[in-house]
Amino acid sequence: METEGWLSAEEFNILLGLCQFLPGPNVVNLAVAVGVRFCGWRGAVAGATGLMLGPFLVALVLGVLYGRYGELPAVQSMLQGITLVGAGLIIATGIRMGLNVNNRAIYLPFAAAAFAAIALLHWPLPVVMLGGATLTISLSWWRLSQEAKACRS
Amino acid sequence: MPILIELFVSFFLVAFVSFGGASAVIPELYRIAVTEHGWMDARTFTELFAIAQAAPGPNVLIVTLIGQHVDSWLGAFLTTLGMCLPMSLLVGLLFKHWDKLQHWRWRAAIQLGVTPMAVGLVLASGSLIAHSADPGLIGVLLLLFTVAINLRTKLHPLWLILLGGVLGLMGLV
Repeated sequence: METEGWLSAEEFNILLGLCQFLPGPNVVNLAVAVGVRFCGWRGAVAGATGLMLGPFLVALVLGVLYGRYGELPAVQSMLQGITLVGAGLIIATGIRMGLNVNNRAIYLPFAAAAFAAIALLHWPLPVVMLGGATLTISLSWWRLSQEAKACRS
Repeated sequence: MPILIELFVSFFLVAFVSFGGASAVIPELYRIAVTEHGWMDARTFTELFAIAQAAPGPNVLIVTLIGQHVDSWLGAFLTTLGMCLPMSLLVGLLFKHWDKLQHWRWRAAIQLGVTPMAVGLVLASGSLIAHSADPGLIGVLLLLFTVAINLRTKLHPLWLILLGGVLGLMGLV
């Protein structure tokens, strides 16, 4: 985007905000948003396809290799090591996201509750997400309303 | 239900709760693929996760690999499409009005509220994967090392994945 000059930095940030707001793979959302901004639905399809096609094909090749050689002990021990690094990367992402939350004393207990519900109690994720998000969104709505009132008075 | 439709519908529905991306919904993907449908065993799921981590590209590739494991390239295509389509459609519909919604209070409330939930979900995903890998002491140390390095330095994750693969090959973890 920088090299082609398709978007201003401000436009890019606005689209990025939208994509981070919605669930789903952020990068795919972003490619769709940029594509649709220029060429309507054809741009959206082109953007998403352009982004996903390469990784998709590589994944297919790796999947085929796994199907053929996945039972080999060497492959399994290698994947065991990669699994642990992958788990570490995801946990690090979670911690980084948690550190970026404002008003942590208020919101992080909800993160802990969501963690416990999924990881320890094995509750279904959609139930936890929708139930928990209803609570947290109501809470932040209420807090924002209070702030708005405080500003006015 | 024919399995291809089942694949598409399952992941289409997951997309609606995947705040935090594919990394946040790994427990749900596990529930669908292993517990509910028995498409694969726990070990295969964990290994597909590892391949998706090592592959270049977005995290959503775990969904591609699950689909491929169940029904070859068509399965891979349908699961990936199912996971990406719902929000792509919403982006297409919302983007024109988004700058107006920037200052809308509900938007801020949703964003503030959803983030802590996503934090809990992502951490639960990581712990489920770590648990299912059943690591030894060196494996646990490798995981903690990865967390520390990733948080403290800008080292590209690929190096850590390489390290994990090598330590794995040596039979240490």
